[in-house]
Amino acid sequence: MAVSVDEAVSTGPAPDHTPAARRLGGRGRSGLEVALLIVLAVVMLFPVLWMIETSIKDNRDVYAIPAKFFGFNVTMDHFRDVFVAPGGGRSALSVAFLNSVVVAGVSTLLATVLGVPAAWAYSRFSVRAKKDQLFFILSTRFMPPVVVVVPIFLMYRQVGLIDSKIGLILIYAAFNVPFTIWMMKGFVDEVPAEYEDAAMLDGYTRLQAFWRYTLPLLVPGIAATAVFALIFSWNEFVFAIFLTSSDDVRTAPPAIAGLIGGTTTDWGLVAAASVVFALPVLVFAYLVRKHLVAGVTLGAVRR
Amino acid sequence: MGTVAAQGLCKSFGKVQALDGVTLDVPDGSFFVVLGPSGAGKTTTLRAIAGLEKLDSGSVHLDGRDATGDAPAARDLAMVFQSYALYPRHTVYENIASPLRARRRSSSEIAAAIEQMSSLLHIERLLQRRPAQLSGGEMQRVALARALVRSPRAFLMDEPLTNLDLKLRVEMRTELTRIHRSLGATFVYVTNDQVEALSMADQVAVLKEGKVQQVGTPTEVYERPANQWVAGFVGSPPISLLACRAEGDCLVGAGGWTLPRPRWTTAEDGRALMLGLRAEDLSVEQRGDASLSGELYGLEPLGDRTVVDVLVGTEILKVKARPTVTGAPGERLLVTVDLDRAHLFDAGTGLSLSEAGR
Repeated sequence: MAVSVDEAVSTGPAPDHTPAARRLGGRGRSGLEVALLIVLAVVMLFPVLWMIETSIKDNRDVYAIPAKFFGFNVTMDHFRDVFVAPGGGRSALSVAFLNSVVVAGVSTLLATVLGVPAAWAYSRFSVRAKKDQLFFILSTRFMPPVVVVVPIFLMYRQVGLIDSKIGLILIYAAFNVPFTIWMMKGFVDEVPAEYEDAAMLDGYTRLQAFWRYTLPLLVPGIAATAVFALIFSWNEFVFAIFLTSSDDVRTAPPAIAGLIGGTTTDWGLVAAASVVFALPVLVFAYLVRKHLVAGVTLGAVRR
Repeated sequence: MGTVAAQGLCKSFGKVQALDGVTLDVPDGSFFVVLGPSGAGKTTTLRAIAGLEKLDSGSVHLDGRDATGDAPAARDLAMVFQSYALYPRHTVYENIASPLRARRRSSSEIAAAIEQMSSLLHIERLLQRRPAQLSGGEMQRVALARALVRSPRAFLMDEPLTNLDLKLRVEMRTELTRIHRSLGATFVYVTNDQVEALSMADQVAVLKEGKVQQVGTPTEVYERPANQWVAGFVGSPPISLLACRAEGDCLVGAGGWTLPRPRWTTAEDGRALMLGLRAEDLSVEQRGDASLSGELYGLEPLGDRTVVDVLVGTEILKVKARPTVTGAPGERLLVTVDLDRAHLFDAGTGLSLSEAGR
């Protein structure tokens, strides 16, 4: 989610939304505005830039004092180390990335498969106390994860879900279903119910009508919602670090965090792992950039 | 082929009672129009018959068999929606094929049926387009084709002509009547346009606030409205209604006028009444034995005729006149009344008192 906010900030100040400039009497951007935007961009982007630089510096340049912004030796060793263990074979980090892919993918799939039909039902049918139910569903997202992590830890220990990928998948899906329902309900509301009515009179059952005529119209919405869920699961740290411990279960965020500490920290490896970790999110965020801002207002997408 | 009978349909949406005991009996092969203003419950009635709306109470019988709880697909009805509800991602061909595909017809059968339908409705050249590439009139034809492509028990039409421009609407009126005749099928047709109702229907049911006001042929509804509200709703220009009471041989108006009491009324003296006079039963050009005096209030030239507004007391009478009629506002006028064609209603209940004596 952090990435979506970055995106929104960097693309946000479009020329037409600059009342400050208009108040100053100028068309377009004033010099002050440009200066402030540059400062903001530098502050926001410097850590990212530094991460990328560190990931391709060789170790002597990483620890050089004063720090080298330019003219360092470029190496891909750190990226190799992310995937390949020192003695050859698969590294612990690469296993963590694979775990992240599995956990994020399956939990998103689960949330989508459960959430889309639920959103359709809430949109189409008269359900008793519908608003209260929807509010209750949303309210599960009010709490910060830290608050529930201890009780969940205890429950998971009882049922044997601790330190298992299934455990993480279930908790991520549980967090993503409410979000999917809310965002998808907005998309379903936009599709006229009459298509389904017409299909039912054509001779289809309600589910066939949904499947044949409503679902295809929801595909863009489902894609946008799924990317949000995917980003949430991919980035999630708190549950991952509390509920998993072994290397073959652990996802990337706690695995990368685990690189820091001990007697020495291999910053080049940390930076390279972070770049690899951030890349898929950036790509997905770019793919659904149109929906990112709209998605924040929960599916308020104009047709 | 199909009879549709609705018995005591009740449906409320929250606090709004959309249907309040609607009972309709649609004979086989008839063109049955449900007429009413917006919000009268017409569409809800149609959706209840189609099985799209869950009823609070009441039953729907199709071909004499109770179909109240049946799924829409099991009812074997076809419907044309006001918004047309054409599937946006599918071509016209696929839209029309949809009901046949649902019934697992072979593709050669489908192709033959669509060919026949598209020549009937003149949409041959549209078959490969998508709904977004069609004009309103074309969408309407495609929606009609999708309904007509199979032979259901009955066709349900929800204001299918409302979104068309006037010229197209008049054309489609004739066309629908022609299609109805050639198919001999049962049509249940919902509209708020009385011209559509009067020109197309075999039977009209007038609906108001979820209640059926009157069922009858167009002539019956126009000539013998069951109550004051139906009289006011059906007819253009609207019927003029004057408050009055019966006194001996006279009707005495609240505005001070008197008219001879029509022979056919049985209302007792002193009862509060409403006298309903249609524009064509009034005249400012001819003289007769019953007349009202008033002053010219305004002229509405409509081309083939002019509607003259005459102020009688504090009430306005709409009078149909020849297009050549002239006059200045404020001018004194004598309006001749054809009392044999007048309507009397009870001012309290609004029910017609004309039926008994005629």
